[in-house]
Amino acid sequence: MKDFAELYAALDRTTRTNDKVAALIRYLKAAPPEDAAWAVHFLIGRRPKRLLPSRRLAEWAVEEAGIPDWLFGECYQAVGDFAETMALLQPPAATSSDRPLRYWVEDRLLPLRDVDDQTRRARVVSAWREMDEGQRFAWNKLITGEFRVGVSQRLVFRAVAEVAGTTPEAVAHRLMGEWQPTAEFWRQLLAEDAPEADLSRPYPFCLAYPLEGSVEALGDLGAWQVEWKYDGIRAQLIRRQWQTFIWSRGEELVTGRFPELQALGALLPEGTVIDGEILPWKQGGPLPFGQMQRRIGRKLLGPKILAEVPVVLVGFDLLEFQGEDVRSRPLAWRRAELEKLAPPASALVLSPVVEATSWEELARLRQHARARKVEGFMLKRLESLYRVGRRRGDWWKWKIEPYSVDAVLIYAQPGTGRRAGLFTDYTFGIWDNGKLVPFAKAYSGLDDEEIRQVDAFVRRNTIEKFGPVHAVKPELVFELAFEGIQASPRHRSGIAVRFPRMARWRHDKKPGDADTIDTIRALLR
Amino acid sequence: MANNRGVPLLELDPNGLYCAAGDFYIDPWGAVERAVVTHAHSDHATPGSQAYLTARDGEAVLRARVGPEVPIQATAYGEELTMGGVRISLHPAGHVLGSAQVRIERGGEVWVVSGDYKLASDPTCAPFEPLRCQVFVTESTFGLPIFRWPDASQVISAIHAWWRANQQLRRASVLFAHPLGKAQRLLASVDPSVGPIYTHGAVERMNHLYREQGIVLAPTTHAAAGSCWAGALIVAPPSCHGTAWERGFGEFSTAFASGWMRIRGARRRRSLDRGFVISDHADWPGLLRAVEETRADYVWVTHGYRAPLVRWLAEHGQNALAVEGHFEGERDEPAEEAGP
Repeated sequence: MKDFAELYAALDRTTRTNDKVAALIRYLKAAPPEDAAWAVHFLIGRRPKRLLPSRRLAEWAVEEAGIPDWLFGECYQAVGDFAETMALLQPPAATSSDRPLRYWVEDRLLPLRDVDDQTRRARVVSAWREMDEGQRFAWNKLITGEFRVGVSQRLVFRAVAEVAGTTPEAVAHRLMGEWQPTAEFWRQLLAEDAPEADLSRPYPFCLAYPLEGSVEALGDLGAWQVEWKYDGIRAQLIRRQWQTFIWSRGEELVTGRFPELQALGALLPEGTVIDGEILPWKQGGPLPFGQMQRRIGRKLLGPKILAEVPVVLVGFDLLEFQGEDVRSRPLAWRRAELEKLAPPASALVLSPVVEATSWEELARLRQHARARKVEGFMLKRLESLYRVGRRRGDWWKWKIEPYSVDAVLIYAQPGTGRRAGLFTDYTFGIWDNGKLVPFAKAYSGLDDEEIRQVDAFVRRNTIEKFGPVHAVKPELVFELAFEGIQASPRHRSGIAVRFPRMARWRHDKKPGDADTIDTIRALLR
Repeated sequence: MANNRGVPLLELDPNGLYCAAGDFYIDPWGAVERAVVTHAHSDHATPGSQAYLTARDGEAVLRARVGPEVPIQATAYGEELTMGGVRISLHPAGHVLGSAQVRIERGGEVWVVSGDYKLASDPTCAPFEPLRCQVFVTESTFGLPIFRWPDASQVISAIHAWWRANQQLRRASVLFAHPLGKAQRLLASVDPSVGPIYTHGAVERMNHLYREQGIVLAPTTHAAAGSCWAGALIVAPPSCHGTAWERGFGEFSTAFASGWMRIRGARRRRSLDRGFVISDHADWPGLLRAVEETRADYVWVTHGYRAPLVRWLAEHGQNALAVEGHFEGERDEPAEEAGP
């Protein structure tokens, strides 16, 4: 745990990626294989199933610290990180632990799930007492499952690749899918010719950047494949050895949630992997994404919901063909093979290729994207390989302009993480019969200087407090941008928007200039 | 308030804490006739008043803030003066050079205004002196139990380790610290044999005033006179971080020496490599101990996390109340005078 807590500290205390990778390599080379496997498991964002409610954990931390609950709340607001708050409040450390990470995870952490609260409390408190401050913090992060440390997956892949003497892409692939963090797994990961251990293993997703600058700069339209950009669940459908697996981009195995796609899998030839977007679909077109959320929310999928919200896979790429990895073939080839193997009248819908003779014609089509219930276009170079992760150059998303409204800042609360103690989380209101009603929350879009200014404004203009939430004098106007809008009885304004963020601070506008509920209802159409 | 004439010794008006019986303000926010100044940081010493009273150790640094012409009366720690109907004396607060608590007495009734203070020892200023009083006005910059300072000697060792590690990588070590107080406390504690030490002009000006009063600091060179930065320690005001000034140093690592560095988020949002937890303010145990040692009947809490400290004291049987500062919850480090 000593080395692991030090690794955490080393990663946390530098902003240079090369220093981070160097720290990872140092740790991975020195650590026992099972510790290295666990470290990678946590660092790429995997977490054990929920061990215990964080409410309990806070209670025990408060008891150990000898402070009342309300004071824990004040501290949390200042720190903006639950695990860190608990670590900072513990009595000064008397010792530190020399036990390895494997011991702390397998013998101390995971068994917490199977015991009652009283035993858990005793074990957690005893763990805190065996550790120093840095270790307590790392341990609290492991328990709460919020193990983010400022290294991207890509940096971890780079470090492991360096240790294994292979490429980050190969490591990324080997770390997909289901695996157990064991010494055996670590050895296989480093082995030159690792056997294909996991039948269900997906490929790392290829991701697109938003288009920057003008579309004409992409050159000859003839070199590009243009598709509609659907808003669904990005997924890979895998058919191997007569079994079907469906992986979401969040690396979750979601096969059981989509019986339609399991049925589709059975129609596909052996050794096939298709990349696409899962969408609720009826009469040849997508249903609103809200319908999908209704379906995802269900534990049990009855015949009613399956009939109301059927799904399809809008397939747009072929990654494995006849059991062979075909990611290094050009897109045009992959698409052609995908078209050949698509079973007719099935839950596989080939992503339509948009035909146009010029970029201008596409730009005109793009204006009707909303009516088609798509978010814009995907632009893919016909020669492009299927690459790992987010890359510039070959794949672009060309999204439609977001909706925008002017709204007034009415509530603010402190942020978390690096925004701890600063008022960065805002609620905006719009006018409804002469009153401001809460309309949307937004956290992003301002630069550091603007955040400082809004923070100072909130401190000077708080009119009422509800716990951490400050009601402020309605004075500042912001232009909010968002992607989607739908009626929602659960929101006070009767409207829910998708991905709201601050597009601009409208210094030139007064609160009275902000939009009204009627102008926003008109967007619903 | 407990007093025998019906009028409290101190009250708050738009210019700050005012003593009517003595006709003076303590750390006024605006320009007034007579200002008693606890120390020369910009959030306590406002220029423009007609006359100032401060502790003798702090005269030179206050002069640098308020200008060469203004009358400043300097008094030794503990020396009693009569102002109007009250006796007043200044006592060490341990915050920075010349920082003082203000003790006001009228007919056996004693009030103490702490200004900013710390209980930990500091080679650059006189140690905090506990005073008994009926009313204690305390700061609360770090008034939450998450703020607990490590031993300063451990922190200095950590700074040395960081500096040496940067030397190995041929990097400069840029250490941000408040140019009045923190910078000198660090310079009085670091080991100059590790490598050359350069300073920003704002720091160097204060170094000069400190040295004139016989305080021994590590030898420093104004950064304008330097040229080779790899392996050097460069001490600068935090406001230089991310500015053009910083970019002349080639490869470098950044660190900030402040109590705020106890919180990771505070360091990460400034994109600093390291945070060294060393503060010139009392931590939570320090605040509680200082309050207890005054045996005050009433505690007024100002500057910082007022509400939590007041509530904690009230829950522990202490009469306590929050006194408005400039505005609600201004918590970050005070803007420091960087200059060229």
